[in-house]
Amino acid sequence: MTAAAYVRTAPEEVLPAPIFERGALAWMRQNLFSSVWSGLLTTALVALALWLIPDLIAWATTRAVWSASDGGPCRIHQDGACWAFIGHKLDYLRYGSYPVAQRWRVDATEIVGAILIAWLLWPRAPRRGLGAVLFFVVYPILAFILLRGSQWLGLPIIDTALWGGVFVSLLTALVGIVFSLPLGVLLALGRRSGLPIVKVASVVFIETMRGVPFITVLFMANNMLPLFLPEAWAPDRLLRPLVGTALFAAAYLAEEVRGGLQLIPKGQFEAAQALGLNYRLMMGLIILPQALTLVIPGVVNNFIGLFKDTTLISAVGTLDFLETIQNAAKDPVWIGPTIAPTGYAFAALFYFAFCFGMSRYSLAMERRLAAGRRR
Amino acid sequence: MTSGADAAASYASAAAVEMIGVHKWYGAFHVLRNIDLTVGRGERIVICGPSGSGKSTLIRCVNRLEEHQRGRIIVDGIELTQDLKRIEDVRRDVGMVFQSFNLFPHLTILENCTLAPIWVKRMPRKDAEGLAMKLLERVKIPEQANKYPGQLSGGQQQRVAIARALCMSPKIMLFDEPTSALDPEMVKEVLDTMVGLAQDGMTMIVVTHEMGFARQVADRVVFMDNGEIVEIAAPAEFFSNPRHERTKLFLSQILR
Ligand SMILES: Nc1ncnc2c1ncn2[C@@H]1O[C@H](COP(=O)(O)OP(=O)(O)OP(=O)(O)O)[C@@H](O)[C@H]1O
Ligand SMILES: [Mg+2]
Repeated sequence: MTAAAYVRTAPEEVLPAPIFERGALAWMRQNLFSSVWSGLLTTALVALALWLIPDLIAWATTRAVWSASDGGPCRIHQDGACWAFIGHKLDYLRYGSYPVAQRWRVDATEIVGAILIAWLLWPRAPRRGLGAVLFFVVYPILAFILLRGSQWLGLPIIDTALWGGVFVSLLTALVGIVFSLPLGVLLALGRRSGLPIVKVASVVFIETMRGVPFITVLFMANNMLPLFLPEAWAPDRLLRPLVGTALFAAAYLAEEVRGGLQLIPKGQFEAAQALGLNYRLMMGLIILPQALTLVIPGVVNNFIGLFKDTTLISAVGTLDFLETIQNAAKDPVWIGPTIAPTGYAFAALFYFAFCFGMSRYSLAMERRLAAGRRR
Repeated sequence: MTSGADAAASYASAAAVEMIGVHKWYGAFHVLRNIDLTVGRGERIVICGPSGSGKSTLIRCVNRLEEHQRGRIIVDGIELTQDLKRIEDVRRDVGMVFQSFNLFPHLTILENCTLAPIWVKRMPRKDAEGLAMKLLERVKIPEQANKYPGQLSGGQQQRVAIARALCMSPKIMLFDEPTSALDPEMVKEVLDTMVGLAQDGMTMIVVTHEMGFARQVADRVVFMDNGEIVEIAAPAEFFSNPRHERTKLFLSQILR
């Protein structure tokens, strides 16, 4: 094509890409064997995985003891997990010492919670606003009445000292989430407030909480709440770590939300004001819905952290899931070398399943948001 | 609106907007200097001037998106003070259209239009939707009502922004360079909408460099430079016989 002027006479052919530029082969060449070193590394890691993973799977399946009425068989088969132990202790791991006849109340609370959460997390669900009200306002009250009991409704009161296991872990995480999100939003707004006192108070609270380890906050909540509050409502021993958890999480969420607020263009505030919306309407209808949507991935990541951190509440004497596993492992009927590893493996599976689910959700939301912004 | 008790500050004025000796500073920077401007009811004012001369600042003072520090601004009989109630009353009467549209991206076109009538004026949803559809028809995009702003072209978005402001039945409309962010082929559809609005007798204050629009619609043209009003004249006079040197220079630059 040396001529200065040119007119096409026939269309150029559309050709398929060369075989190495397509599909699985191209992906492997680019990602696994792009150089000698990456090729060696790939090979070494595959070999390591082939050596370890089958053994781990065999430990958890073929060599494991699946049914037994006491620890005897598990003490004989020491090269496999003792799932029979988990099976026997499952009720204790789920409910702690919650009275057997009343455990349906725990189940009901969990099921209602799961439905509401699914409603809120599903982006295309109808009437999510109503779902949010139910979850953040009605559900906590319902859960409190169901779990604790009410003379008036004929539900026996169950002392929180009896609560334990998975249900307390979920409860802690849920209380943390339900209370820390609104509190975090208020703190984030407080931090941007034009009133100096509100602003300073928010900053001091957020920075204090973020500057202190979670376990310290738990100990402070445990030992200091009773000092501040009158004897009559000296908070319950389970309530104290819950308060600590919610306050701690709120500080982190506040910073997430603040990041989201900063992403909202000034024009959105101005358009809302120009239409005559007051501060509450502007924030509630225009700014927060957009800012919160933007920070969903970050908020979910925070919740993952919060969920794992709830294992620390056992340090202040709360009988959470991990603590019930440790207690169960001390049972003389079951005692044996494979009991503790089985218990911890079970706990790991449990936490992994929840956290992995949350993480996938957050990734999906991120993709959705990115797609929305392109639109 | 304002009760009899407020009579001292608010009086039945013939003017839609009155600015008396208004000054404003950004920090130490004197951005508006002794602005005196009265806009009559039904009057159309076009404000022009070089970049940074304070045009946006001036019209944003009218609905208190910016606060002035000296002088008085009286909008539809309500004097703007620190009183939040009055600011909200003024904003209810004054619609504003921005250069960058500023539609709410998380709401549909219809919801953008009904939001303020429902929440600020407490209008029943049905009525608000009827009104919004009527105004969307007026700006010629009723078929887009259920789309999101991101799915519309710039010109369509700006027309929605006009409809959204009109849904509050404002007495005064402010426009801050409504066509400068638009591709050339979309400028006309927005200007046509504004001409239609002018023909219906709306009081309008328009910051724009569209001199054709100024000629066709404006009752008076205000030329600003350096934070002060340099010249006010009827458009015919303003374009054919500018009197101040700075006006002449400006016109020679933009009318090349
Ligand atoms: N928030 C602010 N803080 C400090 N200075 C500002 C602020 N907003 C505007 N200014 C300055 O005030 C002056 C007037 O700004 P304004 O936006 O009113 O000008 P304009 O006439 O609308 O210009 P343009 O044609 O570029 O929109 C400019 O010099 C600008 O830099
Ligand atoms: Mg401007």
